[in-house]
Amino acid sequence: MQSRKDLFPGYDVLAKRDTPSWNPKTRSVIDERLAITPRTHRFLDAAEFATLLAVAGRIVPQPAGRTDPVPAAAMVDHKLASGEHDGYRQAGLPEQGTAWRLGLKALDAEARAAFGAAFGELGAWAQDMLLKTCEDGALRGPAWADMPSDLFFKKRIIPDLVKAYYAHPTAWNEIGWGGPASPRGYVRMDFDRRDPWEATEAKPGREEEAYQENLRVGR
Amino acid sequence: MRLSGTGTAADNPSRGTPADDPMHRPRAVDGRAPDVMRRGEWVPMRQFRDEEEVDFVIVGTGAGGGTLACRLAEHGFTVAALDAGPYWRPLEDFASDEMHQSKLYWTDERIVDGENPLQMGSNNSGKSVGGSTVHYAMVALRFRPEWFKSRTLLGYGADWPLDWREMWSYYDQVEDDLKISGPVTYPWGPKRPRYRYRAHELNAAAKVLARGAEAMGIDWTPTPLATVSAPRGDSPPCVYRGFCTVGCSTNAKQSVLVTYLPRALAAGAEIRDLAMVGRIETKDGRATGVHYFRDGRWRFQRARNVVVAGYAIETPRLLLMSANREFPDGLANSSGLVGKNLIVQGNQAVWGDFEEEIRSYKGPPSLAVTEHWNYEDRGKDFHGGYCYMSQGPLPTLWGSTQAGAHGLWGEALVSEMQRYNHVAGLKIVSEYLAQERNRVTLSDETDQYGLPIPRITYSWCDNDKALNRHGLDFMGQALAAAGGRNIWEQGDDTNHLYGTARMGHDSKTSVVNGDCRSWDIPNLWVCDGSVFPTTGGVNPSLTIQAIALRTADRIRAMARGGDRRDA
Repeated sequence: MQSRKDLFPGYDVLAKRDTPSWNPKTRSVIDERLAITPRTHRFLDAAEFATLLAVAGRIVPQPAGRTDPVPAAAMVDHKLASGEHDGYRQAGLPEQGTAWRLGLKALDAEARAAFGAAFGELGAWAQDMLLKTCEDGALRGPAWADMPSDLFFKKRIIPDLVKAYYAHPTAWNEIGWGGPASPRGYVRMDFDRRDPWEATEAKPGREEEAYQENLRVGR
Repeated sequence: MRLSGTGTAADNPSRGTPADDPMHRPRAVDGRAPDVMRRGEWVPMRQFRDEEEVDFVIVGTGAGGGTLACRLAEHGFTVAALDAGPYWRPLEDFASDEMHQSKLYWTDERIVDGENPLQMGSNNSGKSVGGSTVHYAMVALRFRPEWFKSRTLLGYGADWPLDWREMWSYYDQVEDDLKISGPVTYPWGPKRPRYRYRAHELNAAAKVLARGAEAMGIDWTPTPLATVSAPRGDSPPCVYRGFCTVGCSTNAKQSVLVTYLPRALAAGAEIRDLAMVGRIETKDGRATGVHYFRDGRWRFQRARNVVVAGYAIETPRLLLMSANREFPDGLANSSGLVGKNLIVQGNQAVWGDFEEEIRSYKGPPSLAVTEHWNYEDRGKDFHGGYCYMSQGPLPTLWGSTQAGAHGLWGEALVSEMQRYNHVAGLKIVSEYLAQERNRVTLSDETDQYGLPIPRITYSWCDNDKALNRHGLDFMGQALAAAGGRNIWEQGDDTNHLYGTARMGHDSKTSVVNGDCRSWDIPNLWVCDGSVFPTTGGVNPSLTIQAIALRTADRIRAMARGGDRRDA
């Protein structure tokens, strides 16, 4: 497995905020998202949120000491608090808020049963082990009530956390996406073509060149 | 007169966003509707009182209802078109952001089950004035002529009560109304007129499709798209933002919101936003109007005719919810087929990465297409056809695809996601077969309006599975031939909705006739994807719109024939 790299050194999609790539609506929407802090929670209680923070740390892990981390757990809580639904739910799963509360409590109960500690207090190995067992549908403790753990993993944990993570500018920088593009859009569409307001990927030995290019995307 | 560069059209403004809240307060009130092409401006709108009996009340303003509303109003009928969704001003309300723009989707709760439960919401259900065309990928393909007689000519499915040559002439009209951008010559099927606007430039993802097709020895073409490649009125040419499926903020996209609905208003139709219809009323075997919820209360609009155009979930839901003493099994349901024969299309994909940078996020997502397997019947071990197209997923969609269909999480996910700019994929739109067990029913739970939540049941049949396998195998070979590496299959996705109020020749085996008119209730009509008895292997919108234009013309012809009371 490859590991995450700093592929787009110096690239900051937010540097384009005041360019023709961001219309006023985009600016206000992203400003609101950036106002969500990592530990803000309105829907989940403290124990549930602590578990969610730990789950998020394993599903969409982030480098330690990142200055602008993605508040993925808080963004999920924000979704639950604002009542934005997906438009469907699989039979066997309760409504999203109920499912999250139930599932986080159940994960914590499984952690205490297996390791004698809260999920959030476990090490990465034990957390991953529990999450894999959850993914396989093999967590069946009484705390799950009638909710299959694999459905909770595949239809709640995965989509909610992954969508939250990749809706954040920090993640956009990490993958070198151009970001918001209204109304300017793009001009160069062919293979290996890049507009000056797009990220430059660092080629081995040419990181400095990429860094200098990336400082220019907002100009 | 408007001076160019003064900031009333798509120019980047310094002005802020509208102060009103279109998701909670209707905009189309007080004799005016938003001018969707101009910031902060309005167009006059005729309004009808609830007790005024309009010629047509139309439920839904998408590809079916919006197009029909326009043509009926232009034919001189009085029309009130109701939509549950907001009346957007794209230039002001639309952000370049996937998460925020989920406001365009129908996200009311629905329960899915069956062996292959559908994913609803984002890619197949819109809740906006203009319907799903506000967030569709603008792919504008015609049916293969044989599909209108697929039972007789191809040996599966059902024959439509429509003639392909007549449909061909309506396709011409829709393509002209939307100024479709497309190739000079189209590789498949009977001769068709030139597309009105030139084809769009291909992005690298589209060129991957072209490379693969050429290596496999099959034809491909730039996709005919409903986004303009040159200026049209207040629509600027497409700027290749790549956010098409979360809403076009420049109005290059020729959605129903910016094409047929402004025409409908000019012709005297009323459009009511944030108006959720909960029940159709009947008396003595005829529809008399609709109960709808708007501005905090239930109201009743009287009408001489009711048209249901809510797409293949909401349409059968409304017909079933309207059950009464006269029609205890729901309206238009003497055949028992309302809600049955739900059909979707396969939307599986193959994905791979390339040495070159692809950056598929630039441009409309599906700039190249091959319909080879729609027109080639040899070499298949299944009934039906498919096309496939190039793709341009934005980050949250791509992340959930990698995490969902590819099963990645943790470091495996975040590192794989860093290949984003090097990924290209091919995605199918394929023909599944109708099955009565695939259906929409009403659950015991209720929604925010107090109406029963629909339950959607879906399972693939063996033919669907054989088609999936054929498509994935062929696309995988094509992607490899184009230079793709680390190729993997996304096997679970589906798209588009059909069949739950199917049209046919016989009242025992269909819900509406070829004029989209209910067999049971002469002044009740259905005009959306629900009426398709088969799907073909192309996206539905162009065919839905062609049927809508034809239906309006048929209604006028019947009215002229003296049957004014019924039409």
